[in-house]
Amino acid sequence: MAEKVLMKGNEAIAEAAIRAGCRHYFGYPITPQTEIAAYMAKRMPKIGGTFLQAESEISAINMVYGVAGTGKRVMTSSSSPGISLKQEGISYIAGADLPALIVNVQRGGPGLGGIQPSQSDYFQATKGGGHGDYRLIVLTPASVQEMADLTALAFDLSDKYRMPAMLLADGTMGQMMEPVELPAESGSTVAKPWAVTGTGLARRHNIINSLYLDPEELEKTNYERYERYAFIEEHEARWESYRMDDAEYCIVAFGIAARVAKNAISVLRAQGIKVGLIRPITVWPFPKKAIAEAAEQVSAFLSVELSMGQMIEDVRLAENCRRPVALCRRTGGMIPTPEQIIESVKRLKGGN
Amino acid sequence: MKRLTLFCGHYGSGKTNLAVNYALWLRRQGKPAAIADIDIVNPYFRTKDSQAELEQAGVRVVALPFANTNVDLPALPPEVYALVQSRTDCAVFDVGGDDRGALALGRYVPSILEENDFDMLYVVNFYRPLTRTPAQALAVLREIEAACGIPFTGIVNNSNLAEETDVSVIDATRPLAAQLGALADLPVVMTAADERLGLPDVFPLRLQKKLV
Repeated sequence: MAEKVLMKGNEAIAEAAIRAGCRHYFGYPITPQTEIAAYMAKRMPKIGGTFLQAESEISAINMVYGVAGTGKRVMTSSSSPGISLKQEGISYIAGADLPALIVNVQRGGPGLGGIQPSQSDYFQATKGGGHGDYRLIVLTPASVQEMADLTALAFDLSDKYRMPAMLLADGTMGQMMEPVELPAESGSTVAKPWAVTGTGLARRHNIINSLYLDPEELEKTNYERYERYAFIEEHEARWESYRMDDAEYCIVAFGIAARVAKNAISVLRAQGIKVGLIRPITVWPFPKKAIAEAAEQVSAFLSVELSMGQMIEDVRLAENCRRPVALCRRTGGMIPTPEQIIESVKRLKGGN
Repeated sequence: MKRLTLFCGHYGSGKTNLAVNYALWLRRQGKPAAIADIDIVNPYFRTKDSQAELEQAGVRVVALPFANTNVDLPALPPEVYALVQSRTDCAVFDVGGDDRGALALGRYVPSILEENDFDMLYVVNFYRPLTRTPAQALAVLREIEAACGIPFTGIVNNSNLAEETDVSVIDATRPLAAQLGALADLPVVMTAADERLGLPDVFPLRLQKKLV
């Protein structure tokens, strides 16, 4: 058989997680990410892993917290309303400095919203979501292949920096089928002396905890954690630059919005309008340097989003008031068309 | 050709695409035809995506009004009973994937078996991750039969890698389909492929799904 297989994005996440050594999955079904749980339910029992459908999202994330404390690779997945329910647990995991993977296949919101795709959980993913001073490493796939590749990367980064990572996808990425080359088998290569694995009467107890009785100690811990975050911001931002070499206008878009933007760019280029794309692959850390450098070159930015406009705030912070930043958006489960993006770029050109 | 054609198979095997193309083909043969969407598994990529084209061709579409909306409500259209029990027009059934999807077919089984004028076709794509081998595909086939209570009568080889499909991609799966046929003691009744490949010996598919 050929090396490639035809997979849904959700299935690619599940298989890539298994290949990255994840043997513990806890979740609760919700459209449009249910295929992740369904795939895990089929595969995990055959490979000695654990698939457990919890009684709720809150239970699932706390089961993740428990396994993460043992140092094993562990994940949960849900879609927007379910991710909201998990926020308390995510904050605890971040506060206990544990690696774990949380997948959000976003749907329209707020509230129950609807089952069509969306990117309107950007604030929740990148600015906190749960309580307290913490960050998540947030990766944004734009193809089924990246659903697989970034799942493996998310586990690695999460282990390396001892913090939770999130795969921020959307309903189109979860549901679309594309040929994919699955990543090789791998696993954690990071020593985890902090893990709760039994002392063997040879060491002191490890304690997994996010409660600090002494506020000075909590403050010190938060400062130390933010030094790690600063290092990540400096070293782990990822993005794709597409046709930016001679660009006079820069579209910023991730996930499905970036795919539509590439179609728009082909049309605009054919009309002689020099436009390129910066596609964030991590939205935390946000690719600030790429945007700042582009601000030296282009005359305006266009943020294309499946939300009322959330990432645009990070684009503005990164370009630092040097250029106008316009917004091209659809929301509630709708997707911008290439035509809408083309019109928005032409309005930039018109002198905004 | 039988009055009822039931397309079942593993999740993401291409049943909806096949069912829609097959219903259109029936019309081109001059048959009165209907298509029933009884997929209770996936709220996306429905028969209803092709409703305009089907109705323009004279195919009656039986689907729930809230298919393709923001409502994810796994339910069955009441008119399906009419298609099963009227025993007049040809009807194509687009059944949900895996054993979970085939469960929905179960409620119509007594009438279908009594009439005994059906083809129950197992749609398989050997490039899907959980049906890479004939043995894996056979296991899913048996699960579906157990869930709905209808024995399969044939196999449709719908193997493809989406846009990366070429003749060699399809040809590589022909021996696998034959092996599955031998294991299940069923004929491989058709190989289906994108019509743009221009293959002479396949059932040509006009792809219904939207590409981004």
